[in-house]
Amino acid sequence: MTDGSRRTIRFTLNGRTVTAGIAVFETVVEVLQREFALFGARESCGQGLCGCCTVVVNGTAVSGCLYLAAFVDGADVVTIEGLAAHGVLDPVQEAFVSQGGLQCGFCTPGFVLMTKELLEQEPHPTDDQIRHYLSGNLCRCASYPEIIKAVRMAADRVED
Amino acid sequence: MSVGQSIRRLEGHAKVTGTAEYIHHLRLPGMLSGKIHRSTVAHGRIVRIDSSAALALPGVHAVITIDEVLAVAPSPYYGPAFHDQPILAHRKVRYVGEPLAVVLASDPHIAEEASDLIQVEYDPIEPVFDEVAAARPDAPIIHDVLKPAGMFTDLKHLGGRSGTNVALDARLRRGDVSKGFAEADHVFEDTFTTGKVIHATFEPMVSLAELHGADGLTIHTASQSPSFVRAEVSRLLGWAENRVRVRTAHLGGGFGAKLYIKLEALVAVCALLVRRPVRIALSMDEQFYTITKHGATVRIKTGVTSDGRMIAREVETHWNGGAYADIGPRVTQKSGFTAAGPYDIEHVALDNYAVYTNEPPAGALRGFGISQLVWAYERQADIIAKTLGIDPIEFRRRNVLRKGRPHATGTIVSDMEIDAVLDLLEQRMDWRRPFDRGSGAIRRGRGVAIGLKACISPTTSVAMVLLYGDGSCALQCGTVDMGQASDTALAQIVSEVLGIPTASVRVVRPDTDVTPYDMATLGSRSMFHMGNAVKAAAEDVRAQVLRIAATSLGGGGVTELSELEYVDAEVVSSRGARMTLREIMLARFAMQAGTIVGVGSFTPSYKKPDLSTGQSADVTPFWMLGGAGAEIAVDTETGRIEVTRLVNVADVGRAINPASVDLQLTGAAIMQLGFTLFEEMVFSDGQVVNASLADYKIPGFLDLPADISAAYVEVPHSHGPYGAKGVGETGVFSPSPAIANALYDALGIVVRHLPLTPERVLRAIREADGRPLEDES
Repeated sequence: MTDGSRRTIRFTLNGRTVTAGIAVFETVVEVLQREFALFGARESCGQGLCGCCTVVVNGTAVSGCLYLAAFVDGADVVTIEGLAAHGVLDPVQEAFVSQGGLQCGFCTPGFVLMTKELLEQEPHPTDDQIRHYLSGNLCRCASYPEIIKAVRMAADRVED
Repeated sequence: MSVGQSIRRLEGHAKVTGTAEYIHHLRLPGMLSGKIHRSTVAHGRIVRIDSSAALALPGVHAVITIDEVLAVAPSPYYGPAFHDQPILAHRKVRYVGEPLAVVLASDPHIAEEASDLIQVEYDPIEPVFDEVAAARPDAPIIHDVLKPAGMFTDLKHLGGRSGTNVALDARLRRGDVSKGFAEADHVFEDTFTTGKVIHATFEPMVSLAELHGADGLTIHTASQSPSFVRAEVSRLLGWAENRVRVRTAHLGGGFGAKLYIKLEALVAVCALLVRRPVRIALSMDEQFYTITKHGATVRIKTGVTSDGRMIAREVETHWNGGAYADIGPRVTQKSGFTAAGPYDIEHVALDNYAVYTNEPPAGALRGFGISQLVWAYERQADIIAKTLGIDPIEFRRRNVLRKGRPHATGTIVSDMEIDAVLDLLEQRMDWRRPFDRGSGAIRRGRGVAIGLKACISPTTSVAMVLLYGDGSCALQCGTVDMGQASDTALAQIVSEVLGIPTASVRVVRPDTDVTPYDMATLGSRSMFHMGNAVKAAAEDVRAQVLRIAATSLGGGGVTELSELEYVDAEVVSSRGARMTLREIMLARFAMQAGTIVGVGSFTPSYKKPDLSTGQSADVTPFWMLGGAGAEIAVDTETGRIEVTRLVNVADVGRAINPASVDLQLTGAAIMQLGFTLFEEMVFSDGQVVNASLADYKIPGFLDLPADISAAYVEVPHSHGPYGAKGVGETGVFSPSPAIANALYDALGIVVRHLPLTPERVLRAIREADGRPLEDES
């Protein structure tokens, strides 16, 4: 690694302006973990297929294991840790707990963030819409039926 | 009060906020990251390992090969059944992907880059991949001598055996199978096979090791078996067990992948050699080179009377164990003896062969070999039923084991409700209603299957329940929660005994310095074994509390124990006096402080099967019975199967947490759905060619059957805690044959290999039509 491969980026992370020294090849997940001790986005498949690494950049969910940290310079980044920042669970998080829509929990932050994005776009999704919108997130424990219940419940709550 | 309630999982908040602790996240000050260099040939002698280019890369701290390892672990071979697997390849490599060297660097990117710079020269040996071919006497030999581990006495006779790839031959004989076949009106013989599949845990395997001065080593590891890791690493290093501490956290999935030794011995020796903390974390693709589920070839022959009674069954199974035995010999024996199924068959002969091949090692994967066997015997059951013109459920009813009858092992069946499971399956499938079989290109069919598993035995769990000075309480036990919600269910047991809310029970993460011995979290054993131990530990606390109250209640005067009752976290005397747990602690320790320790231990009874006949009067602490029913639509032009309905039923004894039981049954069934329809490791000359989730598809939302549900029978087990049995694996037993039986129902075709890919299905359709597809070039 030569010096030319390093730079400093500045971005908004869960509502606060932050800076970080990064290597140009580093991913968002690596930088969130090393510089900010945020582990809610985590690498699993390493190919952007499972959704465990989901973070929201400028309002759009991206695969943090592929998304280069250099690209979030100047961007607004939200991670799972930004959702219940004041100790109160977001209605989507609350619904996942209450409906048992998780097992090992490794994929859960990604599902929660994608569900939030879905409900912003479609506040009353059908089961088919839920399945399609979340089809880019995988759960090896296969809590899929319970995740659908959780999304339905969250949709009912978010409405209020 | 809490047992039987669908209480929310204790760590739910931590998991939905992304703050749950996983070993994956752990970083230690000054640590080095390790990257493994892996073998590129399937079988060969190592001529030379050249690390010079890797060492020359700036930032590389060290390159470790077996030569360095031998300095701290002179006998570097490990394994739960055989001491056959070296910490790093030693003289030979036995599969593509076998670890040969580790590069250590502060920067994981540098370690990765350097690991590609290592050059290895091999002297290739002919490999063998197929389990039946590898068992033949003329096959290339993968291990010169068999080296059974000391832990299992029934493997001792294999010690020193050489010139074979058969690591274990386990047999069972009941009655006289040739007499049975002679008396039978019909004899059916089929061979069914399964490919290799993988756990693909989302938290890939990860271990860290750090030294504490001269006398201690801590291993932080995503492991399902901390107690085993401690014992095995201590043995390898020649240390007392109390110098090695093994701790874990929440696991991002396990499914059997994270059992026994995976990376733990390697990080331990690396840390010892470089005197710095070392972390090795696998990537998803590396998991494909670490542990798999056995592929199997099952030849099954069954003699049946014309009225549909099975009277003789012979099953010969070759298990593809890969290059190292791992727990394969236990899979072979402990699952092998159930190969006759949940049926009452007079004459049975079962032969199981654990076979070494030059593929990645195979071990435990949710079900421990059961699903491969159920695939064969339940697939054949429908062939028999159809040939004899008997309804598939009725055929099973005529043959199932009932209470008081001997299983093929000779163990008398009890605490198992096969008829009730069949009834429930029939009801949930609306079996008596007319069924639309489709028309045109899309045809529909339905099928059922039931499968039996014996819980592994004998094993032990020990637990401690601690009551603290303020009346709060902690559970210390080695059961690893990898998503199955064991923390919650075990806390429910503490809650039930002590009358405190489940959510107030602190469940301590497994840590061998803190939590007492537990065999491992595997084989659906925890709810039964650890559940009993936890119940006993909590009852021990309750008994101590009552004794303290007896001397403290009523202003100093001694109260008889018989006058006291423990009600809702208080002790109440027949005279109306009460003491809370806080008051008990104050009374006992003279200040609001102290600890009361309750201990519980559980080891079920067991009789070792006879080596030559497999007979045992007490072969398992409990039987698991799982059934599945499937409705499918198959596209006859593409061979694609759509599962439209999947019903999973089980005998669970008693559901401690009904929501968790549902989650386990359905989750397991969906996992098995992947193994049934598309999951398969594809090999080319021993090289896995689809080692990534891009090329090895696992079930996602779009694969989910439109209608999927779970239901269960609750008849309390006489020795289970509150009647509970294990349920983590039950859902995997039967979906594969149920779906294939539905295909058979729809089209009358037989596909003999799992998974049922569109290509295999289409080939079978075209073959049945007399227009076979040409072979792949």
